[in-house]
Amino acid sequence: MFDVNHIAKLARLGLSTEEEKKFTKELAAILAFVEKLKEVDTQNVEPTAQATGQQNVMRVDESEKQDEKTRGQILANAPETKKGFIKVKAVFE
Amino acid sequence: MDLTKLTITQAKQGLKNKEFSATELTEVFLAQIEKREKDMHAYLTVTDDLALAQAEKIDEKIAAGEEIGDLAGIPCAIKDIILLEGIKCTAGSKILENYIAPYDATVIQKLKKAGAIFLGKTNMDEFAMGSSTENSAFGPTRNPRDLQRVPGGSSGGSAAAVAAEECVFSLGSDTGGSIRQPASFCGVVGLKPTYGAVSRYGLMAMASSLDQIGPFAKNVADCKKVFDVIKGKDLKDSTSADFPQTTNYKLQTTNLKIGLPKEYFSQGIDPEVEKLVKQAIKKLADAGAEVKEINLPHTEYALACYYIIMPSEVSANLARYDGIKYGTSAISDKRFATSDLLDVYLKTRGHYFGAEPRRRIMLGTYTLSAGYYDAYYLKAQKVRTKVLQDFQKAFEQVDVILTPTSPTPAFKIGEKVDDPIKMYLSDIYTVPINLAGVPALSLSCGKIGNLPVGLQIIGKHFSEDLIFQVAGMCEELLRRP
Repeated sequence: MFDVNHIAKLARLGLSTEEEKKFTKELAAILAFVEKLKEVDTQNVEPTAQATGQQNVMRVDESEKQDEKTRGQILANAPETKKGFIKVKAVFE
Repeated sequence: MDLTKLTITQAKQGLKNKEFSATELTEVFLAQIEKREKDMHAYLTVTDDLALAQAEKIDEKIAAGEEIGDLAGIPCAIKDIILLEGIKCTAGSKILENYIAPYDATVIQKLKKAGAIFLGKTNMDEFAMGSSTENSAFGPTRNPRDLQRVPGGSSGGSAAAVAAEECVFSLGSDTGGSIRQPASFCGVVGLKPTYGAVSRYGLMAMASSLDQIGPFAKNVADCKKVFDVIKGKDLKDSTSADFPQTTNYKLQTTNLKIGLPKEYFSQGIDPEVEKLVKQAIKKLADAGAEVKEINLPHTEYALACYYIIMPSEVSANLARYDGIKYGTSAISDKRFATSDLLDVYLKTRGHYFGAEPRRRIMLGTYTLSAGYYDAYYLKAQKVRTKVLQDFQKAFEQVDVILTPTSPTPAFKIGEKVDDPIKMYLSDIYTVPINLAGVPALSLSCGKIGNLPVGLQIIGKHFSEDLIFQVAGMCEELLRRP
């Protein structure tokens, strides 16, 4: 059934042992609550992704050039930067 | 004259007649904020420098006799989940505690063009997840009608700021009731527009198939004025839509057909709330409106449906807070040593997200995970179709649907904070509206003691003009003894 550690890892959330217990209990209660949906007959019913029926809104495939000021503001929000780029820890060893 | 009590129309008249300047008006509101904030905590950031600089410009324009915008010189407040360039935007979360917005949201650009003055950013439940503003990482907001009670949520700060006269109007966002429920609890007018009626460019996404930005105001006319400024299609939000041309017909109560869904007047409703809502409806009936009972049979499944769709979308949208691009990061926190990229993610997201976002991220990750998608997410989307069809069928028979906004008036601070499901149930009358994408407005229809009670007016897609007319009628009828 519900493996809270597995889900937390998929969601990239670190959990303490105490939180594991708390979340297991709370999430089980919410999942029990949503079980109710099984009562609804949805045979031959199309799913609704959003309710106003808009489809495939297209635009010209062109990037918008940002000015230096915006670029600076965006970089200023990053925890670590190097030579005008956002720094990320190595993905591969 | 107490300038904090003015409506948009009155304030605009005063500015035009030079009874006071935009600077004076702004200063009065900044003083009011100073005075009230010790009790209220409606604001997370007060932007006094920005406000005074904007006011000065408006005054220059007025002095030069130039044309000024529809909201020129009118002081407002913005929920802290909508980006205002150069100003901190936290979404009520530690993970964005020091985030500075690098650009303006489309609604902000529109308000700036109309001349509105920004007093500050308002408190909210973290990432708009909650019904009381108690989930803010920076402490709760109080209800100005009773300081021991919550203002509702998640846009609690925006509703409370209008109610406490700390601004003339404000903006909030509504994913499952986050504008209407606090409007109801604080006794102000709040609109959740049709899905797509207002651009969400620059609104931090919570659940993308449900989120909408909308206004809070002191009365219906003001609410409409703000909505008219912010609505419309935006190339930067592909879900936004062209708002149909306003029809000029004048609604008569004798032509109005009102539906009362019996599912909204059943168990769980406070009898005093039911009494006040029914009294308001009776006034409309006495004025000639036709009132009939209708059915929205899938109402009882809407909340369960919402608690699958919303967390699923939350888990995807909140993946961007990773401690790399922006926001608080374990990298720069001396308490942590981070070994590799995964470790940065786990520690950043584990420490700076509060309990409710984490609960919803995990729930959504589970319902979208391999083997469970069909049973949960797809099933919920099909039930969503049934909820939408309920509304479509109802609107073949009636023009608007009237219900209570919330089953109870404002509850006490701390009362529901330890029980997620109990908290979720306070949105039972507002959630189905977001699933169906239809517009709805909450308007005060009376009080229990000091506590306001909200009447919810629901219309079909893009029928905001009709909703405003019905709300205006209610306001007028309720004013009479």
